[in-house]
Amino acid sequence: MLEHYLRQRRQEKDILLMTHIVLGYPSWEASLAIVDTMVAAGVDLMELQIPFSEPIADGPVILRANQEALQRGVTVARCLEFGREVARRHPIPFIYMTYYNILYRYGVDQFVDGMAESGLQGAIVPDLPPEEGDGYMAAMEKNAMHPIFIYSPTTSEARMRYLAGYARGFVYCVARKGVTGMDTRFSDDLENYLARCRAATDLPLALGFGVKEKADVDFLRGKVDIAVIGTQTIRLVETQGVAAVEAFIQGLR
Amino acid sequence: MNKCGYYSQFGGAFLPEILVATFDELATAFDAVKDDPGFWQEYQTLMATYSCRPTPLTLAENLTRHFGGGRIYIKREDLNHTGAHKANNVMGQGLLVKRMGKTRVIAETGAGQHGVATATMAARFGYDCTIYMGEVDVERQRPNVFWMEQLGAEVVPVRDGTRILKDAINEAFRDWVSNMDNTHYVLGTACGPHPFPEMVSHFQSIIGQEAREQILAREDRLPARVYACVGGGSNAMGIFSGFMADDGVELVGVEAGGRGLDSGAHASRLCSDDAAIGVAQGYKTYFLQDTEGQMQETHSIAAGLDYVGVSPILSHLKEAGRVRFEAATDEDVVAAMRLTIRKEGLIPALESAHAFVQAFKEAPAVAPDQALIINQSGRGDKDIFTVADAFEDPGWRDFIKRKAEQYKA
Repeated sequence: MLEHYLRQRRQEKDILLMTHIVLGYPSWEASLAIVDTMVAAGVDLMELQIPFSEPIADGPVILRANQEALQRGVTVARCLEFGREVARRHPIPFIYMTYYNILYRYGVDQFVDGMAESGLQGAIVPDLPPEEGDGYMAAMEKNAMHPIFIYSPTTSEARMRYLAGYARGFVYCVARKGVTGMDTRFSDDLENYLARCRAATDLPLALGFGVKEKADVDFLRGKVDIAVIGTQTIRLVETQGVAAVEAFIQGLR
Repeated sequence: MNKCGYYSQFGGAFLPEILVATFDELATAFDAVKDDPGFWQEYQTLMATYSCRPTPLTLAENLTRHFGGGRIYIKREDLNHTGAHKANNVMGQGLLVKRMGKTRVIAETGAGQHGVATATMAARFGYDCTIYMGEVDVERQRPNVFWMEQLGAEVVPVRDGTRILKDAINEAFRDWVSNMDNTHYVLGTACGPHPFPEMVSHFQSIIGQEAREQILAREDRLPARVYACVGGGSNAMGIFSGFMADDGVELVGVEAGGRGLDSGAHASRLCSDDAAIGVAQGYKTYFLQDTEGQMQETHSIAAGLDYVGVSPILSHLKEAGRVRFEAATDEDVVAAMRLTIRKEGLIPALESAHAFVQAFKEAPAVAPDQALIINQSGRGDKDIFTVADAFEDPGWRDFIKRKAEQYKA
């Protein structure tokens, strides 16, 4: 169970790291090498993004990665296969991140069954609030998969508690307004917001959007359980290649 | 948020969490005004004093004689300020922005009509304004870009994705998730997450209200059929809403058939097999997408119809059998436009000309004592570059060449 794993891992480490890749970008070989490298560097869990043509919550870096992966012919079936492969190779939890239309067209039940068979642990679907997600949540429940829901700084306390009622595994807190890959101010405001998140749920908390260096991870230590590094590793692979990933991850905590 | 904004299985609000509070605020603000007669009166007065409302219903006598069938009436949305029905929606949302106390508006635009209308509204109300426009559309609609900039708007060309309308919508959402505190997103059509389909249709319903009164005054009976082009669907929702409860009135929506429905190069969501139900841009409807759920390239000679999705309300009305949908090809559209210009001295926009195509096909079979209404959603002089190319006008080509030479010198 994801929550249990995270709590256990937190006994050993004061903050966990979740990283993110866009599947098939820049290539399938690179995706596999990046996962292997990240796991070897001590990443605690990973988010695998299935590309979509309209990634509305993502900023320019991840948007272009999505487009390029699609131009290279990345398919949902191949993404599921990749998930199975990495879940078999590595002992850490993997979760999918994608937009709802991918599940909808594939068939929500088939998709979730496929996730479970592949050994995945859960999914983040940023454009599927619980109000629209009855079928998804039922399929996740049936397969003991973890639907990860999102808190944002504009989420009211009442809504945080509402979302907590559907969330499993952990809650993903978005650090600020805006899309992925922009700068975040690690400030008192953020600390106050995280205190509100903490008060609304007993689940472990992850913080993402704009986390890109050790100072950010240091700031988050003691305030959340998981720091999420998304866009920054995509930038790193683009500018310095896969080989640079290991030292970067190891330098984060 | 509550689960709402559904039209049978279509619509909804598939929102990233960061926007939930903003949409709650918008839905509350809209609910407060939609049944408020005072607000509607303020809106009608604004449209009457700023945008030529009520727009006329013109009997097209020459076209009627030409086809020898039903009497053809044309609802003149082209006479709105800024040249299209877009003004109806934009001025309505402008009033709402004032009530919400926001100071900046953003919008997407395809043909540029909605962008120009929004920039105009922003100038009039004193709002800051940013318009997102696909790079391809910036290329083909330069005159509108010029006017938006003169009106004080910043025009941002969108270089991601297919670089057309849907990509401009994505960018507008990306702006909004950062700036919702002071910014309202003036969505231009009856699509997107709830309450946009309902809100845009509400403001556009002024077209149908007028048209119904006008046709009754002229003909003393309801029309047999009403035609409207369908991009996102706002002008169609606008005119159809006036006749929705009149079972005897057949409503006909005309989509962009592009180079033909079997060519793969079209933007027909409701009458081609290339579309399927899906969820994107925050709502559920028919989208032109592949079997994996990735959105497809679309094509139309009319930039304003070139969109992957369609109003969830129209998807519902199609399935309910209340609206019939047809497609018009680029070629037929140019011919219908040319005929309308020659016969009536009216210049419909390429978008609107889609509705004319279908009405012309059907008019001869309609009894002469029956009336048809075509919604001329916009005026076509904005399309001068595209139309001159389609007409292969040699004089225009020489003019542009000479003009270019002058700029070079």
